[in-house]
Amino acid sequence: MSATTAAAGAPAMGGARAKEQAKGGIAPAIEALKGKIDSTVAAQLEACIHCGQCAEACHFYLTSGDPRLTPRHKLVPLETVYRRHMAPFSGLARMFALAPADLTRADLEAWAELLYDSCTLCGRCTVVCPMGIDIASLVRLSRAALVAADLVPESMQAAADRAVAQGSPLITEEVMRRVCAAQEKETGIRVPIDKQGAEYMVALSAMEYLNFYEVIGALARIFKAAGIDWTIASKGFEATNIGYQMGSDAIARTLVSRIVDAAHDLGVKYVVSPECGHAYTALNWEGPNMVGRPFDFEVVHILELLDRLVREGRIRLAPDETRRVTYHDPCQISRRGGVIEEPRHLLRALGANFVEMKRHGVANICCGGGGGVSAVTRAEERRIAAFACKKAQIDELGGIEGLVTACANCRNVLEEAIDAWDMELPVLGLTELVAEHLVDEAPAEEAGAPAGAA
Amino acid sequence: METPFWLWLIEGPFWLIAATIFVLGVGWRLVSLLALGRRRDLSVPRGSAAGGALRAILLHFIPHGGFFSSTTFHVLTGYLFHLALFALLLFAAPHVTFLEKNVLGFAWPAMPRWAFIVTAELAFAGLILLWARRISDPVQRQITDGGDHAQLWLTFAVMLTGCLALEEASLALRGLHMVMVELWLIYFPFSRLMHAFTWALSRGAMGATFGRRGVMP
Ligand code: SF4
Ligand code: SF4
Repeated sequence: MSATTAAAGAPAMGGARAKEQAKGGIAPAIEALKGKIDSTVAAQLEACIHCGQCAEACHFYLTSGDPRLTPRHKLVPLETVYRRHMAPFSGLARMFALAPADLTRADLEAWAELLYDSCTLCGRCTVVCPMGIDIASLVRLSRAALVAADLVPESMQAAADRAVAQGSPLITEEVMRRVCAAQEKETGIRVPIDKQGAEYMVALSAMEYLNFYEVIGALARIFKAAGIDWTIASKGFEATNIGYQMGSDAIARTLVSRIVDAAHDLGVKYVVSPECGHAYTALNWEGPNMVGRPFDFEVVHILELLDRLVREGRIRLAPDETRRVTYHDPCQISRRGGVIEEPRHLLRALGANFVEMKRHGVANICCGGGGGVSAVTRAEERRIAAFACKKAQIDELGGIEGLVTACANCRNVLEEAIDAWDMELPVLGLTELVAEHLVDEAPAEEAGAPAGAA
Repeated sequence: METPFWLWLIEGPFWLIAATIFVLGVGWRLVSLLALGRRRDLSVPRGSAAGGALRAILLHFIPHGGFFSSTTFHVLTGYLFHLALFALLLFAAPHVTFLEKNVLGFAWPAMPRWAFIVTAELAFAGLILLWARRISDPVQRQITDGGDHAQLWLTFAVMLTGCLALEEASLALRGLHMVMVELWLIYFPFSRLMHAFTWALSRGAMGATFGRRGVMP
């Protein structure tokens, strides 16, 4: 019986049995959390001094003033399970009724809003925390309890179901092939699909295939100029991992395995992680842990690759970008991914009048829609409100003509928010910007066979 | 002056019991925490985990990322209280003597009386400010629990009785201070006072993760 059914059935039953049943309903959630607690999690929960400084970093708290949105408060379910079941002396504490009361379904129902709608897993609170607590990771782990209790927001669950069933939360393989074919036509350059033995395999995010498909043409042009042998894999074309965001190990593993298996089958040397924040974390930093073995290929982030190509002189860029632009660091790529300098090198190589926001790099402020929040329809208002932090940063600079970023989800979220806040500001993808400034481009070849027939 | 039996009890066996509970309790808590183990990270590192751990341990001593302006109160009151407390703990004359006699067997120069009074006032100011914020700031009220209050009041009692016992004029006050210290030591391993040890583990674990990624939040 699912947790939902158990809880729904409980009120009709009498005393002890109802209690027992309710316990059965919450048990999987408690077990899920217990399974997540290792020495790192324990040390971080133990070290918290309840100082509240983390609130000063969180765009959701800063824009609402709601103390419930204090990052530390989001960890209460995880902490409850730790202190009641796993902490040293927890047996003693239970014996003397000093342990916290056990987690209930009502607790989880109340925390779903905090864990799914009000945390973008951006990790900014870690920067300010005197104990260095990685709240974003602990929030993500906490979501496992909500998965176990069937409390995943409907829109997010639907996206996950689509990703499992059709290979992407937003598109199908057929759509991917159509988009690639259109880009082949547009650029006159072949977009190889399933090319056996290619050196690089590119996985893109659903938002790129759907909204920012010019990036495919941009990649084709850049790779052609650099002489890179690449492909997209029909069995692993989607880079995003909604399972990772929602806290479902099973779905996360299924989705990442598609990329791993496709890369293995095609015999590629590198998998290129695209302009997508969490896709990079899910594949590069957590992927091998999810599948339980090191990869037999190397993961390279597109920004690292582009920077390398420029530094090695494999592509040359015309430094003739005149717009005054700033860069929005995608949290998972910069603060949590370590790719901070590369986009800045690229922007300087473009000759852009590039100015930094006051808080950038490790201290950047999230777009408001990361960590799966953009997939939670009911969180839309909160997400748009949270953009006020980013807006203040941009306004402070004044005269910005372009907001460059390197994450399709950030880009989409930023565009929506900019619209909602009645601003005029183009949001630019860095890969496309690089392609626009390519010099010495080899003449376009005749696009070969239709996409997919490589 | 001959030590009365009750004071002998407090400073002898009770002290030993409290100190033993403290040492074993802290040890047990740290060992069981570490025994939970840490999953091996199979990703390809970009940087060093050990270097990252060390960096995080040092970096998080002071606010970075431009957060000083929004956390000035926390930082100043926190350091004020902790530094003054450590100074009192290690350099108050009676503590130096007590540690020499009962624990270490050697002594070092103690602070003069005027310095004790100034330091004690600073420690009280720090603790009271931290407490005032805890009960008045909506964010801190949201995340504060009974344990936070208990440890704060217990620490306050230790400090207050310590000041009262400074003159060593009254054996009763000296005894009262020792009892509070012993209660504090016994409570320590079961409370959030453990942050005196877990801070390094927490920062280190986070630093190791991100050190591998070549970045330090
Ligand atoms: S990770 Fe980001 S969104 Fe989540 S609590 Fe921390 S600052 Fe807020
Ligand atoms: S800043 Fe860190 S130590 Fe302070 S309440 Fe937040 S998580 Fe806990």
